[in-house]
Amino acid sequence: MAINWFKYSAPTTFYGLAGKLIPFFAWPAAILFAVGLYIGFFVAPTDAVQSEAYRIMFIHVPASILSMFIYLIMAGYAALGLIFKTRLSSMMASALAPTGALFAFISLWTGALWGKPMWGAWWVWDARLTSELILLFLYLGFIALQASIEDPRRADRASALLAIVGSVNVPIIYYSVQWWNTLHQGSSIKFSGTSMHVAMQQSMFTVLVACWLYVIAVALARVRSIILERESNTQWVKELAEVKK
Amino acid sequence: MNKLSLFGLLGLVIRRDLLLAMRRRTDVLTTLVFFVMVVSLFPLGVGPEPDMLRKMAAGVLWVAALLASMLSLPRMFSADYLDGTLEQMMLAPQSLTMMVLGKIIAHWMLSGLPLVLIAPVLGLQFDMSAQALWVLMFALLLGTPVLSMIGAIGAALTLGLRGGGVLVSLLVLPLCIPVLIFGAGAVEAVNSGMDAISNLSLLGAFLLFALVFTPFVAAQALRISME
Repeated sequence: MAINWFKYSAPTTFYGLAGKLIPFFAWPAAILFAVGLYIGFFVAPTDAVQSEAYRIMFIHVPASILSMFIYLIMAGYAALGLIFKTRLSSMMASALAPTGALFAFISLWTGALWGKPMWGAWWVWDARLTSELILLFLYLGFIALQASIEDPRRADRASALLAIVGSVNVPIIYYSVQWWNTLHQGSSIKFSGTSMHVAMQQSMFTVLVACWLYVIAVALARVRSIILERESNTQWVKELAEVKK
Repeated sequence: MNKLSLFGLLGLVIRRDLLLAMRRRTDVLTTLVFFVMVVSLFPLGVGPEPDMLRKMAAGVLWVAALLASMLSLPRMFSADYLDGTLEQMMLAPQSLTMMVLGKIIAHWMLSGLPLVLIAPVLGLQFDMSAQALWVLMFALLLGTPVLSMIGAIGAALTLGLRGGGVLVSLLVLPLCIPVLIFGAGAVEAVNSGMDAISNLSLLGAFLLFALVFTPFVAAQALRISME
């Protein structure tokens, strides 16, 4: 039996599949968030050095990891769309961008909240903070470019090129910021490399998985809206039950 | 029709763009005046203490150069886009990448080179040492072409869009951060008694890297914008 590998690369078929898949990601995400944060806030012991304030890292660390990963995945989808002219890949890229920007923002925000009691300052020009901020700028540039081009085909291709250029540049930016930081002043406070308590690891890992599932669920939901928006004048969209009523 | 070599083509595009610019000199002067103004505003904003100014000088000059080059970016392709020349360039059998490179070089000669030449004068206002001035000039000489090259991608992507001017800065500025860091870092290194060679080498590396890739990417961006 020949399997049609590309069946779900058509927006028409993927729309239905995405709708069916969303609950499978959304519910586990919600449950794992609850479990992970419960472990983080009630089970994990108080940190010897940082007391209670360290608990913000259970949100901060997963958000930072995902903000970086999502950029790569977004650029990957965008590249697929640019190279193979698959519409769905481009739609996925634009569906992921706002979530990535959101996580970059959460990461900066929680970092500031953590920095105030720990470092005594909301913002430090630490290499990681600076690169995260630049990452947020890159997301905003991607979203802004896409928003300002009316023709969706051109918007997809132009922003794909930008995402690819951005992802080539990300390592360069990262290392130059790091070097810049060490040249100016070694950051006085380093993240302690001590081994973590098991409950802390469990909590952080659980929240990371929850965030990951959340990203998938939200991206699928958003890609469904994008499909509807772009295909609004086609017959199959007009025949959809949810559009008819 | 005699055959046009790649470098002949490059020279032709550069000569044409320079000639066009010389017919409208105010455009070139605006960038330069903007650069001088931004740099001169900083002492008014932060106060005239020579110690502080000397420390800030490299950063201020670099940020001003970055902004000045952003200012002239939307003009890189727009005139040719509006009068249809760009379309002819794309239809031409010659390499679009090479033509884009020619336009980038012309853009740099009109917006980057004047900044390099005037920077030492502004550096004197900030009481920079002679050695720091030389390094600053050399760093600008290596760095400003990179700004034009990365900027060309942004300019090509935003061609013909409403509000393209602000958008192009939003896209290009984050990508220019490494140039800013090492450009200002070179002067910083001299001021603190170190060797600027590592910073300058990295700038040179960026220049070569950008020289290889950006004209091609900008040409692709133009094709996307024009179809």
